[in-house]
Amino acid sequence: MLTRYGSLLFATGFAFLLFSLFIALPMGEPPTLAGQAILNEAANSVGAANIVTSVVLAYRGIDTLGELSILFAAATAVGLVLGGQARAPRPSKEDGAGGFILQTGVDLLFPLLLVVGFYIILHGHLTPGGGFQGGVVLAAALVLPVLARPEESPSPAALAWVEGLAGAAFIATGLAALAYDHAFLTPLLGAGQLGDLFSAGTLPLLYLAVGLKVGAELAKLLLRLAEEGPAA
Amino acid sequence: MTALDLVILALVALLITGALAAMLLRNLLGAAVATALVSLGVSVFFVILRAPDVALTEAAVGAGLSGLLLALAARRLGLWRIEVQQSEEERQC
Repeated sequence: MLTRYGSLLFATGFAFLLFSLFIALPMGEPPTLAGQAILNEAANSVGAANIVTSVVLAYRGIDTLGELSILFAAATAVGLVLGGQARAPRPSKEDGAGGFILQTGVDLLFPLLLVVGFYIILHGHLTPGGGFQGGVVLAAALVLPVLARPEESPSPAALAWVEGLAGAAFIATGLAALAYDHAFLTPLLGAGQLGDLFSAGTLPLLYLAVGLKVGAELAKLLLRLAEEGPAA
Repeated sequence: MTALDLVILALVALLITGALAAMLLRNLLGAAVATALVSLGVSVFFVILRAPDVALTEAAVGAGLSGLLLALAARRLGLWRIEVQQSEEERQC
């Protein structure tokens, strides 16, 4: 009963919040001037054709590091809840292998998803998308074998290594800027030609690290979740 | 009424139907698919609002992984099973 009143209270408060926002905010007028300044400046100073990426990685790099930490903490918490090391033996061939259509479909989709994932990651500074989105696509590609051929699913240990090294690479790229007397995570290597694949300095490297970390992390999480059936 | 308005109306109808289905369906796997459907509709909205980055994230995370996550969590809790084993046994009978 108490939870019902609680959720009613929450809904009322949320509606009030939205209503007051709706009343108070002038629609169509940005409350700050930073947006316009970034729109004018970003293409020249950072060199990324995708303005969102230059905000995410150059102007707000530490924010992205924070997001990575939050994702890491959440994945760690899920690992804690699911408990201990992988106790169950690796599933055998008969154990829940998919049918012919599923297996063939996965064989067709797996390389395609890998290519799309890496494309989204490596073109993060040119087109919409980037490390997080591409990383999720990579995770989906890595989880597909679990559905079709459980005995061929990637090993959690290898994924943990990829995740750790990618996270370390992100921080190392940030620290490298300190060595050249810049602030932490300042893009190095010059802006380059706007729109080239090799442009925007270290931003593509940072996004590659983000993508590998997110992909390995989410794949590991989903593998852990899928590994044992119901506890019964 | 322009074509875009019609698309938006159809999307809103789809979103509300999906949200209601996610709430009311007894089948948990179906409810997880319904939430993924809602995310897919929202990602189309983001494209209409010219936020392709957010749309890509919504499509990949909301429509892709979170549905899978919900389904796997439900399976982990024993609320539904993959019925491959059973159907193979039936085939052998």
